[in-house]
Amino acid sequence: MYDLSKVVITSSPHIKASEDTRSIMLDVIIALIPAMAVAVFMFGPRALLQTAVTVIACVVFEKIFCKAAGRPDSTGDLSAVVTGVLLSFVSPVSAPLWVMVIGALFSIIFAKCLFGGIGKNFMNPALAGRAFLLASWPVAMTTWVKAGSWMPILGASQDDINAISGATPLAIIKGSAEGELPSVFQMFVGQTGGSMGEVSALALLIGGAYLVYRKVITINTPVAFILTVAVITLLFPTGGMGNLDSMLYNVFGGGLMLGSIFMATDYATSPVTPKGQIAFGIGCGLITCLIRYFGGYPEGVCYSILLMNCGVWLIDRATRPTKFGAPAKAKKEG
Amino acid sequence: MAYTFRGGIHPGTHADPGYKSATNTKPIELMKAPEQVILPVSMHIGAPAKPLVKKGDIVDLGQMIAEAGGFVSAPVHASVSGKVIDIKPMLHQNGSKVMSIIIENDYEDRLHESVKPYDFDSMSNDERIDAIWSAGIVGHGGATFPTHVKIKGAIGTVDTVLINGAECEPYITSDHRLLLERPEEIVEGVRMLAKIIGAKKAYICIEINKEDTFPAIEKLIAGDPVLELAPLACKYPQGAEKQLINAVTGREVPSGKLPSDAGCAVFNVDTAGAVYRRFAKGMPVIRRVVTISGSAIAEPKNVEARIGTPIEKLIDFCGGFKKAPNKLLAGGPMMGIAQFSLEPPIMKGSNAFLAFAEDEDKRVADPHCIRCGKCIGACPMHLMPIYMNMYAKKNDLEGCEEYNVLDCIECGSCSYVCPARIPLVQQFRVAKMRVMDKRKAAAAAAKK
Repeated sequence: MYDLSKVVITSSPHIKASEDTRSIMLDVIIALIPAMAVAVFMFGPRALLQTAVTVIACVVFEKIFCKAAGRPDSTGDLSAVVTGVLLSFVSPVSAPLWVMVIGALFSIIFAKCLFGGIGKNFMNPALAGRAFLLASWPVAMTTWVKAGSWMPILGASQDDINAISGATPLAIIKGSAEGELPSVFQMFVGQTGGSMGEVSALALLIGGAYLVYRKVITINTPVAFILTVAVITLLFPTGGMGNLDSMLYNVFGGGLMLGSIFMATDYATSPVTPKGQIAFGIGCGLITCLIRYFGGYPEGVCYSILLMNCGVWLIDRATRPTKFGAPAKAKKEG
Repeated sequence: MAYTFRGGIHPGTHADPGYKSATNTKPIELMKAPEQVILPVSMHIGAPAKPLVKKGDIVDLGQMIAEAGGFVSAPVHASVSGKVIDIKPMLHQNGSKVMSIIIENDYEDRLHESVKPYDFDSMSNDERIDAIWSAGIVGHGGATFPTHVKIKGAIGTVDTVLINGAECEPYITSDHRLLLERPEEIVEGVRMLAKIIGAKKAYICIEINKEDTFPAIEKLIAGDPVLELAPLACKYPQGAEKQLINAVTGREVPSGKLPSDAGCAVFNVDTAGAVYRRFAKGMPVIRRVVTISGSAIAEPKNVEARIGTPIEKLIDFCGGFKKAPNKLLAGGPMMGIAQFSLEPPIMKGSNAFLAFAEDEDKRVADPHCIRCGKCIGACPMHLMPIYMNMYAKKNDLEGCEEYNVLDCIECGSCSYVCPARIPLVQQFRVAKMRVMDKRKAAAAAAKK
């Protein structure tokens, strides 16, 4: 007789893929490392400190919420870490640390946990946090440190910051700030002012390629998003530039790479169907351009994604795949 | 070029795709008949067979001991010669007790007088179908649908016969070894099936991880205008009827309909082999090849055993367990049935028996959907498991129907890929039952 005391009975399937939520989030964190490295190189170790503070704040807030709500601790899935890193990446390196902690509070508690936690939030938590901070502390959130001038780790006075701050390429194009435009190459590698994690298109593309290789994201949304912005800014140049320059500065000069690769592909707040993901990317691109052309801000990626987040449900419904074996007529229609 | 369909998954690791390496190079080993065989009257889909023998009868090898209990049913034959020692409900692989005929082996293997070769060419089509019916041949891939019923439904409506050698379920290699070791039986069986049905085309469909079987088969079908080899991409569920038809012919079986509505009939490779053995040797279904594998099995093997051999004997034959098993499976890991006992016998559709030492199921206590959409990409029926799950969880049957839960083929691809480990297909099975119950109740109410 054999020992069958350990045998369990379950319904099939009896094997599972090795990827789980935690491993996916870990992949996202790995994909963000190149951009982190560029941020440290351009803005100094302060970038690392700011990210660490934001991440710790996000994790602690989620732990507190879970405790208070009587739920199992959900921080093990690492999604709060991703939110923390991204929130730090979309903020200027000069933002006061206490502002980042408040941003983390808003991102985790209001944008994520109160809606039911991971997967249930309808807005990207990091972007919601940034939008909240931008509305609350507009100056602190739009003071950009020049690339290459390291931010003091602690105890920087406002004068210190002013001395090393500069304008973002998009603000210069828009005419809302004075400054010298960086070259396209400088923008591509990250030698420009801007939010901490958005400056280097190259680093972000490397991260994006890793995510696509690991099948964490598909190229649908980023490609649709970037192409839409590229085509529109090519056809309708901004800032009195040539068509090609206009396109290159708009594609590489702002948060488009970070937004399209890491924010617009956020699972919980983007469509689940391939067609829907493309539609979502195009929508984000259109709104980004509308804001950049006609809005008050030089940048529009953050709000375009937040606005499109609200329409995900609708996009999912409209892009439902036709089931296998559906009658031919229904196929044509749908 | 390899045919395939949209959706599906790739189980296995990079080093061991499909987890087949434990047995795919091991020749089929013939296992001695056990001292006792247990033959349930339900080894097929449809009405149970009716016993023709009683306790104490002496039976011969290949003798029909239970006759078909209806049109959709199949007879049962003695898989050893010996004495009927009891007819009583015995534990079945489905977990319940099913009336079974227990025969004590006298080790003589006396052939029954009915077992003699047929002259296929001189028989009429009705006689041929009768011969298949009386041999108790059912779908050997696991679905166990009586083959004569499928053939009768196919004549006149079907122009394409597909022989399913996809064997897309991980771990299983019994069809692979059969294709490699006995290709002539299978090819000959395919010829017979195609002839009976009057098919214009018969494709032998094999996943390209079994490329080693191609040369022999290509040689055997060379010059045949009807038979053709169709290489398939390695993907689960490539062997699901609808996905196989779609991959090879491009046709889609309409929702809620049968393969014959797309002009196709699908048979397992060993079903074709069984058809050949019936005509060439007169042999009904009395044995089959079973893959015994999994991390708890000491020596994984492909075993040819008599139908009715208790699973425990097969485990003995494979050196027993090297670790205490965590899970026992009749069938593959994607659609197989978990077992709590080793008493049930192997049956006509038993292509594998697996034992896992570790928990490979990776259940979690509190799963949260992260809306990654991987389930949608994996669904071979192009459904939206993510939304079906949402409605099923709330027991919203209208929502489930709206999202086509009844089209789900329960392949389990969604549950396999889900990184949140949500029991997706498990919920859909329940939802499907509830929707069907609701429809039945509505139909009954309408009659009143």
